Amino acid sequence: MSAFLRVENLTHIYPGKIKALESINLEIGEGEVVAVLGRNGSGKTTLVKHFNGLLKPTKGNVWIGDMNAKKHSVAKLSAKVGYVFQNSNHQTFLPSVEQELRYGCENIGLDEETIQERVERVTELFQLEDILETNPFDLNSTQRKEVGMASILAIEPKVIVLDEPTTGQDHAGSERIKEVITMLKEQGHIVILVTHDMQLVGELDCRVVVISNGKKLADGAAREVFKDKAMLKEASLEPPQVMTLAEQLTSFGVNDHVLTVEEMIKEYKRVKKLDINKQLQTS
Amino acid sequence: MENKAIKVENLTFRYPDAESDTLKNISFELDYGEVLGIIGPNGAGKTTLAMALKGLIPHTVDGEIQGKIIVDGKDVLKHDISEQVLNSGLVFQDPEGQLSQMSVEEEVAFGLGNIGVPRAEMVKRIEKALQTVGLAGFEKRSPLALSGGQQQRLAIASVMAMEPSIMMMDEPTTMLDPVGKNEVFKVLKSLKEKGMTGVIIEHEIERLTMYCDKILVLHEGESILFGTPKEIFSDLMLLKKFKLRGPQVTEVAYEVFNDKEQIPVVLDEAVQSFSKELKA
Repeated sequence: MSAFLRVENLTHIYPGKIKALESINLEIGEGEVVAVLGRNGSGKTTLVKHFNGLLKPTKGNVWIGDMNAKKHSVAKLSAKVGYVFQNSNHQTFLPSVEQELRYGCENIGLDEETIQERVERVTELFQLEDILETNPFDLNSTQRKEVGMASILAIEPKVIVLDEPTTGQDHAGSERIKEVITMLKEQGHIVILVTHDMQLVGELDCRVVVISNGKKLADGAAREVFKDKAMLKEASLEPPQVMTLAEQLTSFGVNDHVLTVEEMIKEYKRVKKLDINKQLQTS
Repeated sequence: MENKAIKVENLTFRYPDAESDTLKNISFELDYGEVLGIIGPNGAGKTTLAMALKGLIPHTVDGEIQGKIIVDGKDVLKHDISEQVLNSGLVFQDPEGQLSQMSVEEEVAFGLGNIGVPRAEMVKRIEKALQTVGLAGFEKRSPLALSGGQQQRLAIASVMAMEPSIMMMDEPTTMLDPVGKNEVFKVLKSLKEKGMTGVIIEHEIERLTMYCDKILVLHEGESILFGTPKEIFSDLMLLKKFKLRGPQVTEVAYEVFNDKEQIPVVLDEAVQSFSKELKA
């Protein structure tokens, strides 16, 4: 069986002959979390905008299940692919949070009972109970981001694209977003992140796709991809700080596989213990 | 009396109709040539404090203010904002809210025109500022046609070109990639080398720690901690209580080192201290 989301030989040329993507191939299956990484202007956002039809391929095809994204409208695709914008201001426009949460569901023609059920579910998930009557523009940036995410999740699209979800979020906000991503993965959704937040990528321990100058430079598990220093340099990426620390301690027997603070603590303790055992043996 | 770049004394502020104070009795001092990082959860009052330092509060944003703010020798509460443009500049959190002109070069020229910089000097300053933020070649583009990251850098260039004594930035790197983030922090560092003072609000602890001399931690309007990065992050437990984290290397060291006085806060230092521990 082929993957749910398939990108075949995708090339995108913007008006003015600016080539933003060149011959991209990609397959993403159910329950996968994929982080799309690369510099500003590398083509990351251009790539993901093809998933819900905001952009149409100049060459090649994008398949969402059995739908060819080229042949369907954004309205049609939005039931399958939800897109959470980086700047929530570009997404919210209704006078209350509740109306914002209902909007997408109404658009795809759900009945009132289902809409209420879904609005209740996302309200609970993001703890929006107290602000349902509030105008989204009166909320702080964290809450607005959560409303933006909640309104898309209410549609229950198979694929969820999150453009820079942790930007401007404090530590607690980032942790909550990480939990939501993990939950979506467990429910079998495909989650695609466009992000610069390498700490988040490390903690999600997910697949990464690296885009540079419109081309796919790397595709694989973050742990493996981050080892390729020459490639990271070309794409102007920096691994999480703990990984760099581990790399500089390999001469002591530290494995540079670590992606998170917790893994580094474990790794340090392992090496330290080996050390003590060695000392005991020699004495 | 010693000359301070910023001197804040018992600053308390409440927005109109608010039920509680957004800033509560804040006091701190910053020397010329120092960079101050302000951290804290969203809603802690970071942006409000930046607006008060710039004088937007109370001169254009109403509210009840108490205490004293001296920035670059000027009493902010007593002088109108127009009298303070050369003392401090503020880069807003949302660059779109700051950009108003038809082209990139006009955007940088706008502030310069306002303070009466002669044309020849203006051209030089525009070129230098755009060069510094990596936007040379974009002079004729519309600010609205730029990416979020480019807009952010343009906003920085516009303020920088005015050469204020104190440069303040509210989350200036949120939309930038790692290279762009480093560029902004390098700009801050080069300004510092020229004796300029910086204030930066930022969530990215690792970079902040590398470039800042002092850190102010805000929580629900109160100043919880103020000191060098080393002083701040050696009390990781307290930070965690306020839902903040430390640099990754600090978090690891805090967990595995016995001597909490020897906790590294930046990468190079961490490599050294971990090497030492592993050799022992």
